[in-house]
Amino acid sequence: MKIEILNAHICDPLNAIDRVAALYIADTKILSIGEPPADWQADQSLDASGLYCIPGLVDIATRLGNSGQAQEQSIRSETQAAVSAGITSLVCMPDSNPVMDSAAQLEYIQQHCQSSSPCHVYLIAALTTGLKGDMLSEMAALKQAGCVGVSNVMHPLASNLVLRRAMEYAAGQGLTVHYQAMDAALQANGCINEGLAATRMGLIGIPNAAETAAVAVCLALIEHTGARVHFGRLSTQHAVRMLELAHSEGAQVSADVAAHHLFLCDDDIPAFDPNFHLLPPLRSASDLIGLRQSISKPVFSAICSDHQPHGADAKLAPFASTLAGASTLETLLSLVLRLVDEDLLSLQQAIALVTYKPAQMLNIDAGSLTAGAVADLCLFDREQEWVLQADTMQSRGKHSPFLEQRFKGKVKYTFVSGQLVYSESS
Amino acid sequence: MQHFLTTESLTSDQLTAILDTAESFINADGSSVKKVPLLRGKTIVNLFFEASTRTRSTFELAAKRLSADILTMNIAASATVKGESLLDTLRNLEAMHVDMFVVRHQDSGAAEFLSKHISPGISIINAGDGRHAHPTQAMLDMFTIRRHKGDFSQLKVTIVGDLLHSRVARSQIHALRTLGAKEIRVVAPRTLLPRELEALGVDVYADVESALAGSDVIITLRLQKERMQGALLPSEHEYFQLFGLTSERVALAAEDAIVMHPGPINRGVEISSAVADGKQSVILQQVSYGIAVRMAVMSMLAGNNL
Repeated sequence: MKIEILNAHICDPLNAIDRVAALYIADTKILSIGEPPADWQADQSLDASGLYCIPGLVDIATRLGNSGQAQEQSIRSETQAAVSAGITSLVCMPDSNPVMDSAAQLEYIQQHCQSSSPCHVYLIAALTTGLKGDMLSEMAALKQAGCVGVSNVMHPLASNLVLRRAMEYAAGQGLTVHYQAMDAALQANGCINEGLAATRMGLIGIPNAAETAAVAVCLALIEHTGARVHFGRLSTQHAVRMLELAHSEGAQVSADVAAHHLFLCDDDIPAFDPNFHLLPPLRSASDLIGLRQSISKPVFSAICSDHQPHGADAKLAPFASTLAGASTLETLLSLVLRLVDEDLLSLQQAIALVTYKPAQMLNIDAGSLTAGAVADLCLFDREQEWVLQADTMQSRGKHSPFLEQRFKGKVKYTFVSGQLVYSESS
Repeated sequence: MQHFLTTESLTSDQLTAILDTAESFINADGSSVKKVPLLRGKTIVNLFFEASTRTRSTFELAAKRLSADILTMNIAASATVKGESLLDTLRNLEAMHVDMFVVRHQDSGAAEFLSKHISPGISIINAGDGRHAHPTQAMLDMFTIRRHKGDFSQLKVTIVGDLLHSRVARSQIHALRTLGAKEIRVVAPRTLLPRELEALGVDVYADVESALAGSDVIITLRLQKERMQGALLPSEHEYFQLFGLTSERVALAAEDAIVMHPGPINRGVEISSAVADGKQSVILQQVSYGIAVRMAVMSMLAGNNL
């Protein structure tokens, strides 16, 4: 199948392309941009006048579903939601039910994804058995089965000694540790940032030090073990500064932030609204400003959704008793574009953080429009406005801190491996 | 207003209306009136997920004196233990055609949560939710203060003790601010002070003596025994040494200062017996005023007058 996409504004940060041009696809690969290949005869021609064409988005922290949802169905719904939002490569965290801690479990999910998912799905495996934090997972077997990294997600490790050994072992297997910095003892059952909002609502706060202390310990162990660590979902300004410093001194570290942490702080939480129960928590206004100012720094390799689809019951309780997390795939692109509108990033920088930069960090073949690359594309209307509404969300989870808010930038077509997997009208 | 969940967003007029209505339920001797027919035919359910003696029984008495039918359910011992969700418990009780729920729950935000999911026309009164709010307690405290001091605008009020875990203190602070108290001082060990409390409009003091100096109203909070376990405090003894309300410390306050406590008191921990039983103590009056204030809140919600 030969496809040509005409008149789109192509933005490909890896190759520094930022102009209106034609793009040519043959079967699963991109052939060229600009001039048609010799003897070109398209089977399908798409006039994309007025649209941007970027590499399909790579979202490095998502979940396909939580317990209680039939796995196959939730794989289908969440990956469909992803492509409707221009995301063509999803990375799933291992805190699913059952936990992704064995090669068999990984293979099982991969098989289901092959038959049900319109996009590429990559898996991060558990760092410890059952994410329980005391015994190492079989990392060699997990790597063999295709995991792109290992993580204990938000589950605590029994001790710093376990962290040290897990990092050493992962380094020996050439696996990146995806670390979510949260000192469990300092977290102390907290469910919200320790600040005025917590004080006002009488909720247990999580101090910034729960994140910075964990970052400090992990940085010390990186120096000791030589492990490659990616720090996921940072929420505090101080932790970001620590990582910027380590990165500038040559440490093998990278970081990401969830898109909602670049727009919301704890002052924005309406009284006890569980849509805002997120972990790490929304931090103070000064942390929000700090994160926004740092997002252009080289230590950041990604902005992610931290998508966590929950059923309705998960949030039907008083705030602290609800499950943390929200469905955030569908707002990722618009939020990233908003960073451009707010002059925090150039369009190229912003797109880079959801395409080639996370792809390079994960070492996967995605995120660029280079000739010969897999033809994963997102075509969107930069100006079209839309409103996030629970009943029109594609995800099975209907919780979001952005419900009823207006967004700009609407995905029109999504291609995965040269196939049109989403078009807005269908 | 359909629900009474917190003192935080209420206006001075609303708070004053509650106090004035409560006043109408008080006899000349300070006791509350024995029976009025205001809520005849109404059904009120006391829904207590957490143990309580004073609050539960004064709500019961208040309802009975308003001629309502009242049923008290101690849920801690029944349904939720069997895994029923809070919402399901509420739905089941709703099916019994209740007009008003008085809810106490260990989770902050529980009353607010229920108010969002309850059928229209049914009222929720928050009788204490986690660390968040205990608005009827705060109102009976305001009532007690007003009875003794009259005007709020010249008052220095000092709150001593475990502010971190105290829903009472939070509700008092909001009410005192709205009613225009001149100074609200708080003092506690650093481990029992929530972050950014100053932003609620209070002055945080480091030592109890300066916090009490010249104060017109002293409110001391209960110290839970569990606080020693979480490494929040070294010992009850040291707490009493540093923050316990003794006659010597009360003497630093204004001569006619009143001493209050939401109860139940721990003698020799946050307050000495001499002070608790002394002539400046109004602790038992707080309890009896609690009935009139709760009658006021219940009747005003039922009559849509709040």
